[in-house]
Amino acid sequence: MSDLTLDTPARGFTLGQYLICLRGIMWREALRFVHQRERFVSALVRPLVWLFIFAAGFRQILGVSIIPPYETYVLYEVYVTPGLIAMIQLFNGMQSSLSMVYDREMGNMRMLLVSPFPRWFLLIAKLLASTTVSILQVAAFLVVATLWGVDLPPWGYVTVLPALVLVGLMLGALGMLLSSLIKQLENFAGVMNFVIFPMFFASSALYPLWLVQQSSPVVYFICKLNPFTYGIELIRFSLYSKLDIVSLAVVVAATTVFTIAAILAYDPARGLLVRRGGGPT
Amino acid sequence: MNIIANEVPTGDNVATAPVALSVVGISHSYGQRRALDNVSLTVPQGEFTAVLGLNGAGKTTLLSLITRLFDTRHGSISVLGYRIDREPGEALRRLGVVFQARTLDLDLSVMDNLLFHAALHGIGGREARRRANAALTDVGIADRQKDKARNLSGGQMRRVEIARSLLHEPRLLVLDEPTVGLDVASKIAIVTHVRKLVRERGVGVLWTTHLLDEIEPDDNILVLHLGKPLAQGIVRDVVAATGKDTLRAAFTALTEAPPPGEAP
Repeated sequence: MSDLTLDTPARGFTLGQYLICLRGIMWREALRFVHQRERFVSALVRPLVWLFIFAAGFRQILGVSIIPPYETYVLYEVYVTPGLIAMIQLFNGMQSSLSMVYDREMGNMRMLLVSPFPRWFLLIAKLLASTTVSILQVAAFLVVATLWGVDLPPWGYVTVLPALVLVGLMLGALGMLLSSLIKQLENFAGVMNFVIFPMFFASSALYPLWLVQQSSPVVYFICKLNPFTYGIELIRFSLYSKLDIVSLAVVVAATTVFTIAAILAYDPARGLLVRRGGGPT
Repeated sequence: MNIIANEVPTGDNVATAPVALSVVGISHSYGQRRALDNVSLTVPQGEFTAVLGLNGAGKTTLLSLITRLFDTRHGSISVLGYRIDREPGEALRRLGVVFQARTLDLDLSVMDNLLFHAALHGIGGREARRRANAALTDVGIADRQKDKARNLSGGQMRRVEIARSLLHEPRLLVLDEPTVGLDVASKIAIVTHVRKLVRERGVGVLWTTHLLDEIEPDDNILVLHLGKPLAQGIVRDVVAATGKDTLRAAFTALTEAPPPGEAP
């Protein structure tokens, strides 16, 4: 405490005030999402194009053998659905990252950072908000996918929720970390080329890993190193009310690492931006 | 030339008036470039203090340190007695801030911008709405509360930002060149409103600017140039100490002289 005379005693914040702050951040994210209708449409159209066109084209040539969690042969549309769900969350995480870079350039980010709540709390609240938006996008996709004929177990729509929260947090945290590394909005195209596409294609989203292993052990090894693969598998298993422990462990570990790194990057004492001579403006 | 024109309290020498902001021996560098060099400053409650300096003087860096956007590595900053580095939450909840860049969310309505800010300070529900209504009425924008922020003029946006900065009833308000880019009428309205806050609510104000006509003879000023404090005190004393007749002449004399510590 300072040696100067204090104005009024330190009050701290009550749990209720933390909840007000969390609700405010989530509400703002929801408002922005509602206002940006094209963002919602593009988030939905992207996986649906894959489902309607890509999956239809590959149904006849890409056989999917019986692999866990499936207990019988499944159509390619069914196989690819968890990957497309994760794709929605991946794009949402990167969109959230883009939005943070934009906020920083426009100055909005400053208002968040000068809030008296702890910065870790503010960033986690933003992560939760972004994850909630991604789950709403996934819900809309699942409605269309079901109407298209993708057959999923009824309970799967419920049991997948915890997996969606975890994967949403992992990809949101990754996006937040990236946003701290990107200095200008123009550099964001690099994220598309060097993060989104490699993460998506070097995973089990579009093809089972045993098929990849047969074609290229090196690519298989890369896919196994990719945390996005484990996010997809966590979703895939949970859609069938099953738990893949390895995927859960990797996703939790990656979420923890990305979140801590993002919090450190936005910390004024250790922030990567400050080290580069700028600041989280 | 380096002038301390009167007994402005700095740091350990606490003024008799309660201190809203105490900045002691702050330095900050961007890589090898020193942006602030041993700057000290005190803003008493209920007083208007201006930091006067040309572009590149270090004004925005100083505000970034006060608002904890940057970490304080050399020196200390206290808001109402709370150190910004040790108890940032307590310091920031007593601090209102208006940045030089526009910080409204343009896609949200005026009211939603204020409610979001209230939530960031743990104020919600009816209380947040009541305060937002009162603050918008104070700045004469109550009739635009449902409009999107992007539809406001520059002056109106600035008034909304000032209303927003006061929602959590801070005792210290810092404003970074708040009138830059505004027309004369908007400028006068904003300066008048902020001075009224000082008079009627006892808010301590730190105002950075390079516009000399915003400064009054009784204001406390700190003249900053290339990151170094050149003069500090009541305006008329600073002017007298330079041997000039006007603040403009004094400011020109100060900023054209070699920085303190260097040979002329």
